[in-house]
Amino acid sequence: MDNPLVTPELGLIVWTTIVFCILFFLLAKFAWKPILKAVKEREVSIEDALASAEKATRKMEELQANNEVLLNEARVERDAMLKEAREVKDKIIAEAKVTANAEGDKIIAAAKETINHEKLAAITELKNQVATLSIEIAEKILKDELSSADKQKAMIDNVVKDINLN
Amino acid sequence: MLKNNIIKSVLFALVALVYTNSLNAETSHKADVNHEENHEATSKDEKYDPIPVIMHHIADAHDWHLFDYNGHSYSMPLPIILWTDNGLVTFMSSAFHHDDAGHHLVEKNGMSFVKVHGKIYQLEAGAIEASFDEAHHITNGVRPIDLSITKNVFSMLMSVLIILFIFIKTASHYTKNGAVAPKGIASWMEPLILFVRDDIAKVNIGEKKYAKFMPYLLTIFFFIWFNNLLGLIPWIGGANLTGNIAVTLVLAVFTLLVTNLNGNKAYWGHIFWMPGAPIPVKIMLMPIELVGVLTKPFALMVRLFANITAGHIIVLSLISLIFIFKNAGMGAVSVPFALFISVLELLVAFLQAYVFTMLSALFIGTAVADHH
Repeated sequence: MDNPLVTPELGLIVWTTIVFCILFFLLAKFAWKPILKAVKEREVSIEDALASAEKATRKMEELQANNEVLLNEARVERDAMLKEAREVKDKIIAEAKVTANAEGDKIIAAAKETINHEKLAAITELKNQVATLSIEIAEKILKDELSSADKQKAMIDNVVKDINLN
Repeated sequence: MLKNNIIKSVLFALVALVYTNSLNAETSHKADVNHEENHEATSKDEKYDPIPVIMHHIADAHDWHLFDYNGHSYSMPLPIILWTDNGLVTFMSSAFHHDDAGHHLVEKNGMSFVKVHGKIYQLEAGAIEASFDEAHHITNGVRPIDLSITKNVFSMLMSVLIILFIFIKTASHYTKNGAVAPKGIASWMEPLILFVRDDIAKVNIGEKKYAKFMPYLLTIFFFIWFNNLLGLIPWIGGANLTGNIAVTLVLAVFTLLVTNLNGNKAYWGHIFWMPGAPIPVKIMLMPIELVGVLTKPFALMVRLFANITAGHIIVLSLISLIFIFKNAGMGAVSVPFALFISVLELLVAFLQAYVFTMLSALFIGTAVADHH
């Protein structure tokens, strides 16, 4: 007797073939296709996202490096500007000093001249006044001396006495 | 924790008890039938023979036996579809009134049918009862083409509905939400789908050509796995579908077809004219390789059939120990062992689905591989 365990039944073969084929086509069309497509799409989008994230990171790094360079440049420029400014300042101060000195000297010289002028004028005036005063005094004295005939005579005598007829 | 475990084991023991009771009832029913056949006096001390019970369980049946109560069998009738010389005949399996020994004749369209050991025979015209020879073969009947919705076919249809429901629901998650992260049932199924894709298809077929075979590999993986699991559930599943040689035969033939229809020049070249070998060796290798084309799917067929059937036999044998020793105390030994084997079978259910799919992918891979 053949063992029923290992004797395939025709009915079950037929049914399994039919059912498996139907299952295959239904699943292939309505399940595997959308599922595999979605999974694939998702994987691609995740990969893209990762790639773009990496790209962004690299760009950031690049930017950061650029920033560093820019910052350095700026720093150098600033230093240069500061140096220049300091130089300019020093120059201006030096120039100002020189100008101020010159001006000062000029002012001092002018002052000295003025003082000299004033001094000379004062001396001249003093001399004139002294002369005037002397004349006035001499006048007064003369008037006083020559107020009487005696006195005039005495005077003349005196003068005459002084004059030595050599 | 311990308390929880105790509750669980008690529950399991109860379930096992109900299960074994139903088996017991089935056996006694079978035993009765055997007695009737042999016209022997029944004896209470008769030794319990687990083989018919186990064989009955792992074989296909025309009805879905649920339980016996008070000597009555309760089963779900299934449609019987026969293609006879006189055309199509259909009726429900309940017409046989649970008879499996060829006693009850069903008259339809002027033909009479009997059921013997799960097979339906059409009796010769005019025969009023089935007659048997010494080896208990029917002598006055022939088997019509039997396309009945048997227990296995019914179970397969159920599994197909479950598979379609689960995966169309999974697919709808993606069609509705676009290519987003899985959620709900999709988050259960997606890792398995990715497992088949990344660890079976891509590895064995290669990155470039795997996509074409994905629908086949996925279908065969989930068909085998779901039916393996359904077969492990007593009562509502319990049909030994993937442990049936007809089913594994069909699946293996599909792999054979997919492999060889996609075979490229290099594949056939390796079969008929092995490159790099001396001519006598080439001639010698040709028949060997040709046989190899068939032995590969044959091994697939036998491996799945034997593994799943063996699992069913072990669980049933362990439960049968209780009846062999006629001692409920044996349950203390059988039940934990049966539990252990059942858990192991859960692993085997996945493993065999994986192995079948993996080897299918491997065979397809060799058939489509580019050789330099």
